[in-house]
Amino acid sequence: MNLTEQFLAYASGKNKVEPGDIVTVYPDIMMGNDVTASLAIKILNDAGLDKFHDINKMFIVMSHYVPNKDIKTSEMTLLCREFAKKHSLPHYFEAGKGGIEHALLPDEGYVVPGDIIIGADSHSCTYGAIHTFATGIGSTDLAAAWVTGKIWLKVPKSIKAVFHGIPKNPWTSAKDLVLHLIKEIGDDGATYMAIEYHGDAITNLSAEGKLTIANMAIEAGAKNAVFPYDKSIEDYEKSRAKRQFKHFEIDRTAKFDRVYEWNVENLEPQISFPHLPSLAQPVSKVMAQKIKIDQVFIGSCTNAKMEDLRIAAKILKDKKLAPWVRGVAIPASQKIYLEALKEGIIETFIKAGFSTTGGTCGPCLGGHYGIVGPGETMLSTSNRNFVGRTGHPKGQTYLCNPAVAAASAVAGYIVDPREIAG
Amino acid sequence: MTLQKGKVFKYGRDVNTDVIIPARYMSTQNPKELAAKCMEDLDPDFAIKVREGDVIIAEQNFGCGSSREHAPIAIKASGVTCIVANFFARIFFRNAINIGLPVFEIPEMTDDFKTGDAIEYDIEKGYFKNLRSGNTFQAKPFSPEVQEIFKAGGLIQYIRNQVK
Repeated sequence: MNLTEQFLAYASGKNKVEPGDIVTVYPDIMMGNDVTASLAIKILNDAGLDKFHDINKMFIVMSHYVPNKDIKTSEMTLLCREFAKKHSLPHYFEAGKGGIEHALLPDEGYVVPGDIIIGADSHSCTYGAIHTFATGIGSTDLAAAWVTGKIWLKVPKSIKAVFHGIPKNPWTSAKDLVLHLIKEIGDDGATYMAIEYHGDAITNLSAEGKLTIANMAIEAGAKNAVFPYDKSIEDYEKSRAKRQFKHFEIDRTAKFDRVYEWNVENLEPQISFPHLPSLAQPVSKVMAQKIKIDQVFIGSCTNAKMEDLRIAAKILKDKKLAPWVRGVAIPASQKIYLEALKEGIIETFIKAGFSTTGGTCGPCLGGHYGIVGPGETMLSTSNRNFVGRTGHPKGQTYLCNPAVAAASAVAGYIVDPREIAG
Repeated sequence: MTLQKGKVFKYGRDVNTDVIIPARYMSTQNPKELAAKCMEDLDPDFAIKVREGDVIIAEQNFGCGSSREHAPIAIKASGVTCIVANFFARIFFRNAINIGLPVFEIPEMTDDFKTGDAIEYDIEKGYFKNLRSGNTFQAKPFSPEVQEIFKAGGLIQYIRNQVK
């Protein structure tokens, strides 16, 4: 069995499962954020359901519109806060005490290898990076799972994505591997399917790099992303895991619906054009188009972990934003924000001319803290560039890695980081 | 057979949940308020023109992107009774079923329709007829799990029955 099948067979108490089988599993973590959990809570309140299977597995993370951006969102977070208090939920993360769920939960050891995770947020596929089965759901599914402790899932077909080689461009990163994958297979190329990642280019990545790749599996429509357990995950968990964990071995007889092999030696940093992540082009081609930018956003659950911030700061050190560029930098969690502060990264951002805050999704979903205006162009390390996603529907958002974002902020145009950092 | 009639709103591929209900309107959970802004960034006329009994027909990957359940809630509250697409993004499909908004995957049907077409349909039977072209279409039955949820009127009603 491939990894996704092994996870779902084990979790449902079966010896073997096949794509198309329906299984019932009891997830280790059932998570919602301020937007989705507040709706789940309303659904529960309306239905008069207030008994839960296991409050230790219920996670609510305030991330999208926090700190409260207006009166309406204050009512949403209030609903979550009162619910968490009423039921004495041990895993309620208030604004300022957590961050974006997909950075917070792995980085602070709540999610551990071997887990089954459902999250009412499409980027819940992120956790697959550290060898879990993790998938996104909606608010009603979350509400029902909180009550019953379980959820039905269809065993998906799996895609095997194999990446070989070491990129020659020193600024090509995990983000570029996943943008390349989405470009190759399409925005719907993995719909209803799992993606399992293999190859030396994957093994060479840190756990944080793997988190970036898993995060964007949903951008190809995938149900989940899954990575083999390896040394980078083992090292990552040493100082983090809050629970005992397990892993599954690679079965050499595993079946895949499709297999892709890519050599990434010549892969350049990729830029996704408005308004789809799949519209990626290599930075050398993009540079020739001299795309002027109004705002740069370094943040989101995709690319605002320590590794990402260190890369951006390395480029921004002792440099200034182009006069016409506004910079917004939002470390993904409060822990990361503090770590970045101690390392001098935040100072570098501020001296370069960035606005900074921590632990919120910000303009990634057009929430707050850097909304894109009509006709404006934003270059962003986030994950989606749909029409109206990051602000005004006439805004244009391009996606890229943190090095490209930092270098382009200085140049004022989308550039190869080598133009600024050598 | 409960035959209904309505008109069609036809959309292309990859209609994502950010355009179905933009995040700037997501700070409410009121279905009517959400419906008033439904599809605004894709089809500003939708909320004005849509009537009870209308049907959305789209190409592949309808509902991709964000997991926001506000998207199917907005569509349902707008008066649309069901959606037909080549196929749906996974989370949207689950969400729609869970809130009792029928969604049908009939790839051979979408090319036959354009916006404004009159449609006759029976949700229980998964039967659709284009009253302009005269062509009829039949959906495959849902899986037993999905049928159970449908019969109960949504997932919450389904688990309430179980909890009782």
